[in-house]
Amino acid sequence: MKGLRRFLDKIKPNFEKGGKFAKLRSTFDAFETFLFVPNKVTFAGSHIRDAVDLKRTMSIVVIALMPPMLFGMWNVGYQHFFSNGMETTLWQNFWYGFLQVLPIVIVSYVTGLAIEFGFAQARGHEVNEGFLVTGMLIPMIVPPDTPLWMVALATAFAVIFGKEVFGGTGMNILNPALTARAFLFFAYPKEMSGDKVWIADKLDAFSGATPLGHAMIGEVDKIPSPMDMFLGIIPGSIGETSTLAIIIGALILLITGVASWRILFSVIAGGLLMGWIFNLIALNEYMLIPAWEHLIMGGFAFGAVYMATDPVTASQTLKGQYIYGFLIGVFAILVRVFNPAYPEGMMLAILFMNIFSPLIDHYVIQANIRMRKKRWQKAEMNAVVENTLKQ
Amino acid sequence: MMPARIKIKKGLDIQLIGEAEKKIIRCVPQTYALKPTDFIGVFPKLLVQEGEEVKAGTPLFFDKYREQILFTAPVSGRITAIRRGLKRVLLEIVIEASETGEAIDFGKADPNTLSREQIIGKMLKSGIWPMIRQRPFSIIAKPEQQPKAIFIPAFDSSPLAPDYNFLVEGQAEAFQTGIDALKKLTSGKVHLNLPDGSSVSNVFLEARGVQVNRFSGPHPAGNVSPQISSLDPINKGDVVWYLRPQEVLSIGRLFLSGTYDATKLFALTGSMVERPAYYQCKAGACIEEMVKDNVKEGPVRFISGNVLTGTRIERNGFAGFYDSQITVIPEGDYYEFLGWATPGLNKFSFSGMFFSKLQPRRKYRLDTNLHGAERAFVMTGKYEKVFPFDIYPMQLIKAILVEDIDLMENLGIYEIDAEDFALIEFIDTSKIEIQTIVRKGLEFIRMETT
Repeated sequence: MKGLRRFLDKIKPNFEKGGKFAKLRSTFDAFETFLFVPNKVTFAGSHIRDAVDLKRTMSIVVIALMPPMLFGMWNVGYQHFFSNGMETTLWQNFWYGFLQVLPIVIVSYVTGLAIEFGFAQARGHEVNEGFLVTGMLIPMIVPPDTPLWMVALATAFAVIFGKEVFGGTGMNILNPALTARAFLFFAYPKEMSGDKVWIADKLDAFSGATPLGHAMIGEVDKIPSPMDMFLGIIPGSIGETSTLAIIIGALILLITGVASWRILFSVIAGGLLMGWIFNLIALNEYMLIPAWEHLIMGGFAFGAVYMATDPVTASQTLKGQYIYGFLIGVFAILVRVFNPAYPEGMMLAILFMNIFSPLIDHYVIQANIRMRKKRWQKAEMNAVVENTLKQ
Repeated sequence: MMPARIKIKKGLDIQLIGEAEKKIIRCVPQTYALKPTDFIGVFPKLLVQEGEEVKAGTPLFFDKYREQILFTAPVSGRITAIRRGLKRVLLEIVIEASETGEAIDFGKADPNTLSREQIIGKMLKSGIWPMIRQRPFSIIAKPEQQPKAIFIPAFDSSPLAPDYNFLVEGQAEAFQTGIDALKKLTSGKVHLNLPDGSSVSNVFLEARGVQVNRFSGPHPAGNVSPQISSLDPINKGDVVWYLRPQEVLSIGRLFLSGTYDATKLFALTGSMVERPAYYQCKAGACIEEMVKDNVKEGPVRFISGNVLTGTRIERNGFAGFYDSQITVIPEGDYYEFLGWATPGLNKFSFSGMFFSKLQPRRKYRLDTNLHGAERAFVMTGKYEKVFPFDIYPMQLIKAILVEDIDLMENLGIYEIDAEDFALIEFIDTSKIEIQTIVRKGLEFIRMETT
């Protein structure tokens, strides 16, 4: 590695101020810090620092995304061959899915990173690591048959209008990956809904509807068995189908402390409560679906684990996180059951609560301020009483 | 009165290699220095010149804005250097110690028989007064003010901190005399805050006239702010005073002997020290003598204080006025290939992202590497885990950055100090210099409101 280090040290001056490629400094810096943790030492304040940084954090999230991603690749293959009535091996399924999904991943990363590098360069910033996760999330929440140009367009829209116009990583209001998904949903409704897109290259005769698709039109009897939904052997977006794989990812995020358990568990609580309320009302067949079954249908689990817990767009106060998560759960099921135009309520629920999270935080913080002011007043009163007693 | 028992729940104990062995090495450094930069908000006006002879207790400078506050020589000797920095800021007044050890006599007295004014007068004249600081702002206490209480945190929870029981051993008389003097300074309580669950020196246990409180929990349980906020929180307009036990001893000795006796123990700690131990010398001592032939090979950093809040000094630098610890750790100016991707068995992290988490009891040899570069605030909701206050730290930091005084007050800036953000700065994923920001905020609000 010393040779590589020497090489970097040698070419580094070209990218510094006044160098030949000074304009590409952010890009050089991104690659250099990717290869080597910098030799920067503490200057002011604490002399020692935690080993964690944003690269580590983001790569943990990417690792946590791998179980649903790998399962998703297998499932894309399985659903394809199954819909065509063919018997295949595990590896054939996986390979087909891999070839189907990989281009989407590449397109998402190349488009997004190119824009991120461009903005960092223009602003003279270092490249933030946030897109490492977004770039992986986008392919996982789109249907396997999504055309690549749509992926590119949606990614570009999400990065530019969802993130960079607000000032970049850490400043965005909406989750960028969900922004991409919402863009596709509203810009290309014909391509993004119906029964066609959820299975790659399927025979027309095969139904191919997702469980939510069935539920929406009242075909509750056609919803796959809970076991199939839990394992994820169902049509759907690439990474969202297997609740089991998502649980493995959730465990990684919780053990490493990357995701907020407060948000995760309150989303589930909110979803269960809403499902249960619908069970009580029971006006149609959709409302009769057991509350727990909602958790393994559609994007609920995926959204709860990977999207609702995004630390930038979620509530930032610990108390606020309970409210934020709970309302996501409630709204996701509410939208899902009540509004047939939007079978996937999770996406809308999270985006909606993204917008409201600063408001939730505002009220939580106001409560803290009121508590402090009350204490001030009480102390002042006591002082006055003491003074009068003395006289 | 029964001691109050308080458990600090949030925080982090950073286990490092290099704890000081409990043995005292006498150390006679040749030079000492008083550093005006140790005192927040003090604008020094010199009273001596290079070459002048001084005794222990001779005033060296005073504060331009509060002329009665004098800063005096810790030892007798000759002024050999007056060092200035950028914009002629006064950095160090260096004294070469003489062997005679002469000291100015301020007169012995029993504080119990003196009035508040007499006690304050003696402390101001001898230069011991700056040992008492106030919250908010951590500036030197204002003699004309009545604090609502005085706090003595009698243990230190920071990494490799000296054992306060050891620092005061056998000095019960001086400690009690110091307490007697402090009692006269407030109409409120004098709080003596001891660790819960571990053995405590009789010097502390037998102290009379104090309210004993017991604290348990991880660092920052030994910091004064969490102790104040759990016993008697600071409201807008409140002032409390605080000092640490070695400073109480100095006050006690002033009344017992009539002189400014700056003798104190320093814990020499850190993974780069060959033989970490306690060194007896005087306040402001040059550390060269202590670290000579006592530091391991390689680039090192010398710190007066602990690794979280201490001040960087040179190999021949001087101990800070308020510090009773010197730490030596390795510098971290190296590149690490794919460092962010390693399993991390040797890396310490508060998060669970490294496999070192599987060995919770191990001690670390941490260096000064930043482990990354500065980024935007991304990982929200983490700071609160090491911040034992009912305060929203990130929101307060942002209020400081936009210089919104009302919001800073409302979010509780009077209840905290920069040192309370040291752990937040340590665990911060975005590597932002948070203590600097908080210090700036406190200074901003102090300048605007006074």
